[in-house]
Amino acid sequence: MRLRPRIFKKSPVYVALIAGALVMIFPFIWMISSSLKPNLYVIEYPPQLIPSNPSLENFLEAWNANNFQQYFRNSAFVAITSTLLSVTISAMAAYAFARFKFPGQETTFYVLLGVLMVPNIIVIVPQFFLMKFLGLRNSLWGLVLIYTATSLSLNTFLLRGFFEQLPHELEEAVLIDGGSYLTIFANVILPLSTPALATVSIFSFMGFWDEFVMALTFIDDPAKRTLPIAIALFQGQHGTQWGLVFAASLIALIPIFIFFFGLQKYFVGGLTTGAFKG
Amino acid sequence: MAISTNTQKKIIPYLFLAPAAVLFLLFLVYPLLKGFQISFYNWSIMPTKPSTFIGLDNYVKAFQDQVVGTAFKNTLIYTLITVPGQMILAMLAAVMIHNITRGKIFFRTLYYIPVITSWVIVSLLFRYLFQSPEGLINYFLVEVFHITPDPVGWLQQAGTAMIPVIGLGIWKGIGWSMIIYLAALASIPHEIGEAASIDGANTWQRFWAVTLPLIGPTVVFTLVMLLIGGFNVFISVYLITNGGPMQQTEVALSYMYHQAFDFIDFGYAASLSFLLAAVIVTGSLLQMKFLRRPVEIS
Repeated sequence: MRLRPRIFKKSPVYVALIAGALVMIFPFIWMISSSLKPNLYVIEYPPQLIPSNPSLENFLEAWNANNFQQYFRNSAFVAITSTLLSVTISAMAAYAFARFKFPGQETTFYVLLGVLMVPNIIVIVPQFFLMKFLGLRNSLWGLVLIYTATSLSLNTFLLRGFFEQLPHELEEAVLIDGGSYLTIFANVILPLSTPALATVSIFSFMGFWDEFVMALTFIDDPAKRTLPIAIALFQGQHGTQWGLVFAASLIALIPIFIFFFGLQKYFVGGLTTGAFKG
Repeated sequence: MAISTNTQKKIIPYLFLAPAAVLFLLFLVYPLLKGFQISFYNWSIMPTKPSTFIGLDNYVKAFQDQVVGTAFKNTLIYTLITVPGQMILAMLAAVMIHNITRGKIFFRTLYYIPVITSWVIVSLLFRYLFQSPEGLINYFLVEVFHITPDPVGWLQQAGTAMIPVIGLGIWKGIGWSMIIYLAALASIPHEIGEAASIDGANTWQRFWAVTLPLIGPTVVFTLVMLLIGGFNVFISVYLITNGGPMQQTEVALSYMYHQAFDFIDFGYAASLSFLLAAVIVTGSLLQMKFLRRPVEIS
């Protein structure tokens, strides 16, 4: 009962928060509403929030049209493989930085950090030539390699920070028992770092799933497209068939939302430790 | 394993760094150097026509190119509006959410949804909303709120075409700063705010004099990240206006991309890349120099 006056006092705050939330969410509600309107060739005016004949026609058409399922599989392959590679390789590098002393360590680390400041698209032209030279244009494995490479800086930086905080005692115990540094990495560092590895994996996966510029530049073969490219082109090909475009977009959003709503604690943890940027 | 611990200590770090080093050198460091070289060439992709070294010509051309001026001006305007826009609204949301008792996670989640949605999808969505004459924004302006008598041709005019892009930049980014500010606010001990209240400070004074200085380093962190992000605006421009009408809404990266992959002028594109990189690096170094003091408060 004591809550009541406080809630009244706070009510302007709630009104403001709800108004803000509407602004954040309304475009998505509109997207969902449009995707449920069948055959929206011409934009209706006045626009209607609740579709008069809601149907899943657009979703079926998008799913069955233009190799969409192939694009979904391409995106899944690229995002999952890149995530596994990136997290493994970053964890190895982070282990070297966090637990060893070697000549050139600081310089190497600062070079790694410097690259974080300059965006990847700055080098898109030379990368385009490199991919061509290596025969990696129109190759999903090519995307996997370059996605992995471009994500290493951030992931190594974050995992190094986590590994440095782990206690040293367990490692000494492993060494005394005759184990090697490989044992330490596999049996001590990695199992203790599950939350950090999960956070880094989720953010990497989402970044790869959504990546647009490199896929746009390095992939010409229609069979090798990923979802972001397919959706952008979908809009080009189907002109004003927005219902179809939004149905395709919503299908592409499903994995992201599953991750987001299923693994929120890792999200907030990952964001507050630092540098992840949407 | 017969290898002694000491030998391991020397070899292992290099073995563990090797895969990262190979990928990093091949796909990032080499392109960075190669791009710098390309920027001094009239770069040819035809095997029959060799590339020619032209010194600083690409850079000279950039300084004389009017569209480069427009593109960098648009990039600056985008950054100068979206960065404070995101920070102020995110702070407002964070302070409000921090101070409510019920629904914290609910609001935090809702405000964060645009952040996790891909740039491609929200860019198409904004293009749809800002269509003329029948887009939803025009419907609200004309029919619901009667703000303008006629629909606005948002994307058809140079004067208004950046508005959807800027609006998207702010809308999509609020949640990111907000969640970081929320974490910073949660780390402030309750007693500090209470002490200020007892001394008679109102909410605004308390925020300005007590809260803000305490979370200063976090604010500076978001400022630096958002400024870099602002200068990198690309996908939204590419998909919403594609630089049009008449190249009036080009930003630095969209113009670079068009020069490279539409006009096949790779040398020029490379020089534009490095001009932007120079702006970003200089800006970041200046920030580090001038904003060091507030960071040290923590």
